[in-house]
Amino acid sequence: MEFPMIEVKDLQTSFRTDNGEIPVVDSVSFHIEPGEVLGIVGESGCGKSVTSLSIMGLVPTNTGKVQGKIQFKGENLATASEARMRKIRGNEIAMIFQEPMTSLNPLFTIGEQLTESLRIHRKWNKKQARARAIEMMKLVGLGRAEALMDEYPHQLSGGMRQRVMIAMAMICEPELLIADEPTTTLDVTIQAQILELMKKLNRETNTAIMMITHDLGVVAEMCQRMVVMYAGKIVEEGDVSTVFQSPKHPYTVGLIQSVPDMREKKERLYSIPGQVPKPGSQKLGCQFAPRCTHAMDRCLSEAPPLQPFNNGQKVRCWLYGDRKGADIYDSAISSS
Amino acid sequence: MFSFTVRRLGALIPVLLGMAFIVFMMVRAIPGNPAQLILGQQASKEAVAAMTTKLGLDQPWHIQFFNYLGGLFTGDLGVSIKTNTPIAEEIWPYLAATIELAIIAMIIAVVIGVNAGIISAWFQNSWFDYIAMIIALIGVSMPIFWLGLMEQYIVAIHFDLLPTTGRDNIRDPVEAITNLYLLDTLLQGRFDQFIEVVRHLILPSIALATIPMAIIARMTRSSMLEVMRSDFIRTARAKGMRMFWVVYKHSFKNALIPVVTVIGLQTGLLLGGAILTETIFGWPGIGTYIYDAINYRDYPVVQSGILVIAFIFVIINLCVDLLYAAIDPRIKYK
Repeated sequence: MEFPMIEVKDLQTSFRTDNGEIPVVDSVSFHIEPGEVLGIVGESGCGKSVTSLSIMGLVPTNTGKVQGKIQFKGENLATASEARMRKIRGNEIAMIFQEPMTSLNPLFTIGEQLTESLRIHRKWNKKQARARAIEMMKLVGLGRAEALMDEYPHQLSGGMRQRVMIAMAMICEPELLIADEPTTTLDVTIQAQILELMKKLNRETNTAIMMITHDLGVVAEMCQRMVVMYAGKIVEEGDVSTVFQSPKHPYTVGLIQSVPDMREKKERLYSIPGQVPKPGSQKLGCQFAPRCTHAMDRCLSEAPPLQPFNNGQKVRCWLYGDRKGADIYDSAISSS
Repeated sequence: MFSFTVRRLGALIPVLLGMAFIVFMMVRAIPGNPAQLILGQQASKEAVAAMTTKLGLDQPWHIQFFNYLGGLFTGDLGVSIKTNTPIAEEIWPYLAATIELAIIAMIIAVVIGVNAGIISAWFQNSWFDYIAMIIALIGVSMPIFWLGLMEQYIVAIHFDLLPTTGRDNIRDPVEAITNLYLLDTLLQGRFDQFIEVVRHLILPSIALATIPMAIIARMTRSSMLEVMRSDFIRTARAKGMRMFWVVYKHSFKNALIPVVTVIGLQTGLLLGGAILTETIFGWPGIGTYIYDAINYRDYPVVQSGILVIAFIFVIINLCVDLLYAAIDPRIKYK
């Protein structure tokens, strides 16, 4: 039987606090095929970043606890030893972070930081690693790569630093690249360039990308499939085109509506009322219910399961639990 | 960088001038007459007056001060009233004794303090962290004279493991070349004496190292804790780097600036402030030298001794400033 490259199953990551153990990611399951780009969407505080840190094995061991399965090429990373994880990190699974300004060490040259992975994982000598690093910098579109090798991060612009981060992540040719909001802090024009670059690398190297973002535009641009997370749980999953055309979960609908549309000038931009519940403050029933305009009695007492549809879409919502709810929902959507 | 260094050295001149003036005035504020002390209680008034004239102490203070300054500019630190020897010649053995003691103490303080701080931050809230920080707290609050006396009483007297006082065995004294005895004994190939010098160094250097060690450990820990929360530490871990290197390479270099500052200040303090330790352990260092000079109203020695310590202190601080730029490429001196 063919494995997907990575399959996350019933992932639950919780943190010990003074108020007991609080789950931040709860029964999350998804998979990524080789060469695929999967988008993970949600507001801040939905557990997107914690999901990625769990895959990387970077959840702090003294306070955090990762349960469930993270099958990477048939191996469960959730139970892998730290030594084994070190071999995977940066080599088979690499990660780029949100803040290119602070994600590079200010006291080491770009070259030194770029070549580190090669020296750790491939035991290359300085000369080999340097040559490869320069090649990689050219690949990510950094001109005067050789001079940049001996410069320090503060001498580079934000866009250049993010390119360096990408080069650093891709240098060992990982099979999976986890990108945690890679464009959030960049200028719009630079954002487009970085996304274009990631798309190109995905095509050329067949590296799968797990794209974490709260920007639906990025998902539409980059991804084939998407997962929508809310309060640590997956609430909707499916092909990007399907989800954008017929979003099923009220949260997804809200997210799509909050994207400003050039074609219609509205007085006010739409926003979902309320905010993401703090981890640990979850109540019975559907976590989105307090903010949901379609909430029913059932939503407040019983947590909905993730239910599959025929087109491969999956939704965690009671509206589709019985026909009547669906009718109300459809009419609600068409009237808005 | 070079012009910065030169300018900083130039800025030393007013600092040292001010220092010289303050010390000059303070020494003269101490009651007592050097001429009387030299000649003894029985000396006649005429003899004392003649001696005062001979020492130049009958002149107005500003003339004395400018004579002193003029000497300083030609490298003349004055002549000791007590020994009648030029201070520039006799100060070095004392200074060397203090430098040797302070360097050894600082090595102990830095090696143990820095590592204790790093490990405490790495394993924050572990038993190591708690114990190290409790020891550090005791270390900063412990009076150094009490610690020195306890060391002598327990280690040297009760268990008779190490000598109580001095730099070397008085029955087999070290022949001075540089006056840094560790170096001298090695140069002469006298390993038996080398061991003896080390044995003499252990207790005073531990006493002297305790406070700086505790301060360095606490500073390193808090600086490391701050750095280890940074994004770039997560990046380094995401590369698959061993935690040891993440801590000692990526974190420590970033935590270094406050640590270097503290080390610089403490080294300066050790050089000047070793008087207590030197007195307890009979260490013939610069502290003892100045202390004796004060008792003897040996004005020139007190003035020049303090000036030399001040000079070393400022030079150490200059080195610390230059180190900043070497550590952090974002710091540039023009």
